[in-house]
Amino acid sequence: MSKAQEHNKAKKYGMVIDLDKCTGCGACMVACMAENNVPFKKDESDKLLSITWMKVYKLTNGKDFPDADICYLPRPCQHCEGQHSGHSPCVSVCPATATDYSTDTGIVSQIYTRCFGCRYCMAACPYHARHFNWWDPVWPAGMEKMLSPDVSVRMRGIVEKCSFCFHRYQRAKDKAYMEDRRELEEHEYQTACTQACPAGAIIFGDLNNPDHEVHKIAQPDPGHHGRPKNPNAFRLLERLGTNPKVYYLSSREWVRKAGDNYLKTEKINKH
Amino acid sequence: MKIDRRSFLSLGVGAGAGIALSPLPWKLTDDSSIWTQMWPWTPVPRDGAVNYVNTASTICSGGCGLSVRKIDDRAVKVEGLKGYPGSNGNACIHCMAGIQMLYSPNAVKSPMKRTGKRGEGKWQPISWDEAISETAKKLGELRESGKASTLACILNSDYGTIPALFKQFLNAFGSPNFMRTPSYQDAYEMTLALMHQTDSMAVFDAENADFVLSFGSGIIDGWGSSVRMFKANSSWKEKNVKLVQIEPRLSNTAAKSDQWLPVNPGTELILALGIAHVIITESLYNKDFVEKYAEGFEDWTDNEGNKQKGFKNFVLEGYSPSYAARVTGIEANTIVKLAKDFAGASAPLALCGRGQGTTPGSIHEFMAVHALNALVGNINKKGGIWAMPKPDYIKWEQAKLDDTAREGLKVPRADGAGTEKFPHAKYLLTRLPEVINSAKESPIQALFVSGANPAYTLPDTKAVAKAFASIPFIVSFTSHMDETAEMADIILPNHGHFERYEDIPAPPGYNKPVVGLARPVISPQHNTRHVGDTLIAIAGKLGGTIAESFPWKSYEECLEKTMGENWTSIQESGVITNPDYEAPGWDTAFETSSKKFAFIPGNHNPGNNSLQIPVIEGNDNYRLTLIPYDSMRLAAGPVGNTPFVTKTVSEKVLKGNDICIEINPKTAEKYGLKQGQYAILTTPKGKAKVKTELSPGIMPDIIAMPRGLGHTGIDEYLAGKGININELIGPVEDPASGLDAAWGIKADLVKA
Repeated sequence: MSKAQEHNKAKKYGMVIDLDKCTGCGACMVACMAENNVPFKKDESDKLLSITWMKVYKLTNGKDFPDADICYLPRPCQHCEGQHSGHSPCVSVCPATATDYSTDTGIVSQIYTRCFGCRYCMAACPYHARHFNWWDPVWPAGMEKMLSPDVSVRMRGIVEKCSFCFHRYQRAKDKAYMEDRRELEEHEYQTACTQACPAGAIIFGDLNNPDHEVHKIAQPDPGHHGRPKNPNAFRLLERLGTNPKVYYLSSREWVRKAGDNYLKTEKINKH
Repeated sequence: MKIDRRSFLSLGVGAGAGIALSPLPWKLTDDSSIWTQMWPWTPVPRDGAVNYVNTASTICSGGCGLSVRKIDDRAVKVEGLKGYPGSNGNACIHCMAGIQMLYSPNAVKSPMKRTGKRGEGKWQPISWDEAISETAKKLGELRESGKASTLACILNSDYGTIPALFKQFLNAFGSPNFMRTPSYQDAYEMTLALMHQTDSMAVFDAENADFVLSFGSGIIDGWGSSVRMFKANSSWKEKNVKLVQIEPRLSNTAAKSDQWLPVNPGTELILALGIAHVIITESLYNKDFVEKYAEGFEDWTDNEGNKQKGFKNFVLEGYSPSYAARVTGIEANTIVKLAKDFAGASAPLALCGRGQGTTPGSIHEFMAVHALNALVGNINKKGGIWAMPKPDYIKWEQAKLDDTAREGLKVPRADGAGTEKFPHAKYLLTRLPEVINSAKESPIQALFVSGANPAYTLPDTKAVAKAFASIPFIVSFTSHMDETAEMADIILPNHGHFERYEDIPAPPGYNKPVVGLARPVISPQHNTRHVGDTLIAIAGKLGGTIAESFPWKSYEECLEKTMGENWTSIQESGVITNPDYEAPGWDTAFETSSKKFAFIPGNHNPGNNSLQIPVIEGNDNYRLTLIPYDSMRLAAGPVGNTPFVTKTVSEKVLKGNDICIEINPKTAEKYGLKQGQYAILTTPKGKAKVKTELSPGIMPDIIAMPRGLGHTGIDEYLAGKGININELIGPVEDPASGLDAAWGIKADLVKA
């Protein structure tokens, strides 16, 4: 197979999150924790120490009563591609190759057994999507029964983050191979948060596939490193050039503006 | 060779470069990371066969349909069940984390008997035989001393076979005191009983509404069937359906609405009537409905020849937009525009029941909001509010009564519901603590609590605790050590929510008949017993007509016989529903003597047309008003938060063990308070240390506190965190209905 053909076949899994629909209920966070064996402590109110692969932020428009407004913004790992394939901020600094960019799927992996906890990646990630295990996880007696065998349990001293539920991709792939198929249907591989969102605010799929919802909604512009053509869509810190694969939708301008560090007087860059 | 400084250094540099270029350091870091991760205490989840069990939720009030993923015999993940009415493929945050409850170390592991003082937490495990004998003995003594009517049961629902078994037990025993925990459903049922004269549930065709006017209902904050309402809200966004949210705080619902109207709390009723005023004066009401299918709109003369004022003149004389504007704080032209938009929509829907609807509220407010739906003729119509009959699939033989039972059933209810003073109320649990505390001897001598946690959820926790202290015998059927169980004498633990059968009828507000089936996902983890089986066993022990009233060997047999020919299909699909159900047309919907909708109910002229507005507790010495607020991430009902859910709670709500109180920055400045400061919150009911959270999303002089914190029980991931707002707020009796109509309380906040 030639290089060009290989390139055509590559997937670029990504997400579109509709902030007009997101209710901030937190179901995505819990679905993620349950799916990925994320640990919990007695006090989780220090959010710098709280491991949340998927975290729902609350944005405010900064105005006084009664013009105040809030909006919730769920933040998984953005699975940045960078300016050229695989040049994600975290991947390029990892000395142990514990985190890597898959050109097949566009997913940024995290291999726990390779990570030795230097936390360069955490410093490099502009989205606070990475979390460090300061302690060994402890499940109260009996509760380890709920641990899923699909995702290994992490231990103290390593970094972890959202994997776009990669084990679900593997399971779906296995199933497809068993049925003598090589391609996955759109619905066959969905992340736990996407599946859980009761408001239907999260959409997941292959950004390279024009038939997939994510592609249709975000309309990524290949000439501009995937910048969305949909005027209501934006990406977080677009101007850093991280080329993330998570797109957000909002009909409110102040929300779209909150996605990057705009000056007060600055207008959002129209494409 | 002589080693001089020069050769030593070059050797060192050479060795350094050699090591760096060799794979050695990388291999060593890799190895060290591997070997430092091989700790024996890190669990390695056992692999096994994946399988799914479908069930319905008993832990959330919304009635989620669930699909539980299992690895061999372990439940590992909860997902939504596709095709389940309402929740269709999704589950709420609490159900998703429900496995943590199932495997909680705080589950009650066997029957227990209190050994220390009440609430001291000293328990002794006992056998089931012992537990049931002792309970039956205590109950037998009550009957012998002629106090059968002093047994009460508190449950969180009165639909389904479990509540029916408790009712059957009470009837056979001889007590009228079955009580359901309060909610907005009480007020809606009473509204329908008065205005339709039907014994029905208020349900909403929310998906088909094209204008939604919410009087503080937390549509995306857990009101009604939460997942279903999220989906409805998303469909409104797609169809550009307008949502107007009326409440003093920028809740999630208010933030997602198209128009947020911060209203002076407690004046929603006046706003509804102000809107009605515009609809009537501008003649925007549905003439077909009002003229042909409704009564009490125009003035009328009653049977005794007295002139009665109709709804039209009642509204026109008293509730002009300018008056409503003065009272509610919403500008008159906004009210006029809102009324025109509402009446101009083709399927406008007005809703009430504040927040998640855990407080019933003022009956006149519910009636006024329902009258808005009537004015636009959106009752029992597509996109409107429907009055749906209550589930009626339980057709058992009536309980057999002996003389003791007959005598006991003649005694009026302890909470005053159904008495001359409150003829329309069915349950008035919030009145019970006061009744007990003001009596010489408690009118309740024995109490059964199942599926409810009144010691935590009822307002005025102190009064509730005092009342419970004077009940000599309390039995809890809980499967988790909650606050009510802490006050019990005997705990007869029910199976966990994924370990038992139970029918789950009527998700709140869902406009099709539904009976879901909760079924065992895993086998019982502890020495527990199904509450139905326990009740049948107690009845058997008591013998006589009580035993005869329970003709089943087990709960499973009871459920199977109750479902009859539907038993096979409900087991297969997990639910029985009728998606084609339509509410009856206007000509057959109302059961009043004229078969018409009653704008002003004939037999309940609300205080001769005068409105009774509940006044909250506290005098003018309190400078602020405290209101509770609800959030999906805090379970405020009988079941507390699981660790996963508490993890999602913002540090602006709970920081360490401190609860944060929302206050407008201007109000804070006025009273010398800064962001994140400790402050003492005082209300007529109590005092608490809180932290300030400055928020421009709340009206000046109002402060808001989340419901669902301040547990003493449940588990160490929840206990001791924050304050239970019920410690600071008491019930306010609605003068017209007896229901709790408290929406807040006067309060003060000073720097600690």
